[in-house]
Amino acid sequence: MKRVLVAMSGGVDSSVTAFLLHQQGYDCIGVTMKLYENETVGCSRQKTCCSLDDIEDARSVCARIGIPYHVFNFTADFEHEVIDRFVAAYEQGFTPNPCIDCNRYLKFERLYHRARELGCDYIATGHYARIEQDAETGRWLLKKGPDEGKDQSYVLYSLTQDQLEHTLLPLGGMSKDEVRKIAEEQGFINARKHDSQDICFVPDGDYAAFLRRQTGKDYPAGNFLNEQGEVIGQHRGIIHYTVGQRRGIGISAPQPLYVTAKSAQDNTVTLAPNAALLARGLLADGMNLIARPTLAGPTEVSARIRYHQREEAATVLPAPSGGVYVVFRHPQRAIAPGQAVVLYQGDTVFGGGTILRAMLPTEFKEIETLL
Amino acid sequence: MPGIDHPPICEIYADNAATTKPSPAAIAAMNRCLTEHYGNPSSLHRRGQDAATTLLLARESIAALLHCSPRELYFTASGSEADNQALRTGATHGAAQGKRHIVSTAFEHHAVLRTLEQLQTEGFAVTLVPPRRDGLIYTEDIAAALRPDTCLVSVMLVNNEIGTLQPVADIGALCHAHSILMHTDAVQAVGQLPIDLTALPVDLLSFSAHKFHGPRGVGGLYVRRGLPPARLIFGGGQERGVRAGTENLPAIAGMEAALQEVVSHLPQTEPVVAALREQLIDGLAKLPGAHLTGDRQLRTGGIVHFCFEGVESETLLLLLDEMGICASAGSACSSGALQASHVLRSMGIPEPFARGALRLSVGADTTPEQIDTIIQTVGDAVARLRKENR
Repeated sequence: MKRVLVAMSGGVDSSVTAFLLHQQGYDCIGVTMKLYENETVGCSRQKTCCSLDDIEDARSVCARIGIPYHVFNFTADFEHEVIDRFVAAYEQGFTPNPCIDCNRYLKFERLYHRARELGCDYIATGHYARIEQDAETGRWLLKKGPDEGKDQSYVLYSLTQDQLEHTLLPLGGMSKDEVRKIAEEQGFINARKHDSQDICFVPDGDYAAFLRRQTGKDYPAGNFLNEQGEVIGQHRGIIHYTVGQRRGIGISAPQPLYVTAKSAQDNTVTLAPNAALLARGLLADGMNLIARPTLAGPTEVSARIRYHQREEAATVLPAPSGGVYVVFRHPQRAIAPGQAVVLYQGDTVFGGGTILRAMLPTEFKEIETLL
Repeated sequence: MPGIDHPPICEIYADNAATTKPSPAAIAAMNRCLTEHYGNPSSLHRRGQDAATTLLLARESIAALLHCSPRELYFTASGSEADNQALRTGATHGAAQGKRHIVSTAFEHHAVLRTLEQLQTEGFAVTLVPPRRDGLIYTEDIAAALRPDTCLVSVMLVNNEIGTLQPVADIGALCHAHSILMHTDAVQAVGQLPIDLTALPVDLLSFSAHKFHGPRGVGGLYVRRGLPPARLIFGGGQERGVRAGTENLPAIAGMEAALQEVVSHLPQTEPVVAALREQLIDGLAKLPGAHLTGDRQLRTGGIVHFCFEGVESETLLLLLDEMGICASAGSACSSGALQASHVLRSMGIPEPFARGALRLSVGADTTPEQIDTIIQTVGDAVARLRKENR
């Protein structure tokens, strides 16, 4: 009998994952990663939104299914690999995606390692995405879930061939409604629990307050610049702004102004009209290729530059720096450094990486002939 | 250890308000925990995880029986602890908003009254509303006691000495209309009448296992979601960080088994107990110089309280005990005190009457024949004492 470690958040998806695998005859162990103390996330005891409740929910589900359940304390790893990265990225003016880091460094690295140590053949999660082996090349492929609105392949782009081979995603072909129905039929305590919305360790969505609490620093006010580099006002500290943002800027101008860039070094935020947010492409690094081992030359893909955003037709090609350029057929708005760019071919994830910056017009001119 | 050998007399246990006989189901559940699920729920290994599951299922089951979420339930070591924690929770919440006035009643259990005295030394103002002569708290009396800085109202659901049923639903609705927290000490109510926390407008409710055929040394506190419970005991992260100390799993499992049984039988037992109670009241009321304490109608469960003229309750109790009837004068927690009970005093019952107090509390396992015996025996004992005192 194949042994599976099921990563359980206490939510409905991972609960049904455990149930289905148990039904299919796998020897399942339910595990919840304790990622943070409630105090860390400023989740005052006012709200019972926190991880202790999630642990109770997961335990309740495992008791109902009849599988063993354990809690692994990953708070130190989470602090180091996810929260510290999140803080560092924000301080550098990036827009990080900690869920991707958590999947990469915690679930599919630390937890996967634990699973192997415990003699498990697989790790399983409740993500809505599919894993299939390419019959011709033998490569393990990551594919979208059928429900476009729920597809989570975007946050799994970093999975290696070894990880994909040893990962089970039993909800991959299902819809959320089907999953909830199973949870209700089984009388799971969390059947009607809401999907998590915000970043789990910033439950109130106030990133600036979290950063201040976490680092003990004040993020000083500084200058708003226009496209020409002239000072046009005062900002409240760069952590309050993200690229593409319009609200809360408080500067009157003939046309609406948006955040187009942030400089942590100079403590400046650059503002410009909407047109300045458009770019032909982007430069990304930290690429993980899934569908094929290497990127030899320009390749047609469709690209997603934000979670749950529409894909855009694009060409990906190697950049001299070692990263890749992604050039869009139509200019894209508000490319945010720090976010992931995930490339698809049809339903299949071609690969993905982290956006370094929007492409400069000069760069575009240089490579235009290659396209 | 040598025990006390009781002579094999025909005993009638009529002191269920003091404590109840543990049910076989509760004892079986406790035994399972002591022999099988003996792990510490915080341990990683299978024994520990097995215990953690047992704890979780007990919490889910009790929550379902009281119609609340398992997340709203905290296990304590007694009803008194639950009362302490409830009042401190309300007080802390109020103080955070600058509200430091608490309203309660003069005939609460001492677990409430003494905690309120302590809170007074910590800067809280307390108003104790007296019951009226019928042993009932009137909602309008509570309303009159409310102030702009009132943060908490605490009113017991069933009085533990006289058995009267208090209008907690009305008082709770009044409190919520004024954004005031409502606590009810339901120690004498849980197991005697259905509790539906989706309908009862209270934020805090305390209960105790040994009043419904569970073990002693365990109770529980319901804290409505969103209200942070105050901590009394600091240490490990048990009870979701709210109450430290390794969980008393045998007692908790025993409480669950007892409550499960009692609540599932309530539709049958509630009218049975009510009929026994009425039979007892009817019989005792016919005795000369006997006065029923509290309203005739608004009562629940098996508590019957009488005051007998010209009788000292202590001697009456000893005489009844010799004749095989286990009863008490009032709250078991304060018996031994020479003074008349605070409950009777708060109702304005004259001292000479109050000195002849007798509380009988029957249960679903009491028989109509036993009720007849009690009436007969109490009549004989009272007559005998009056003759002596003449």
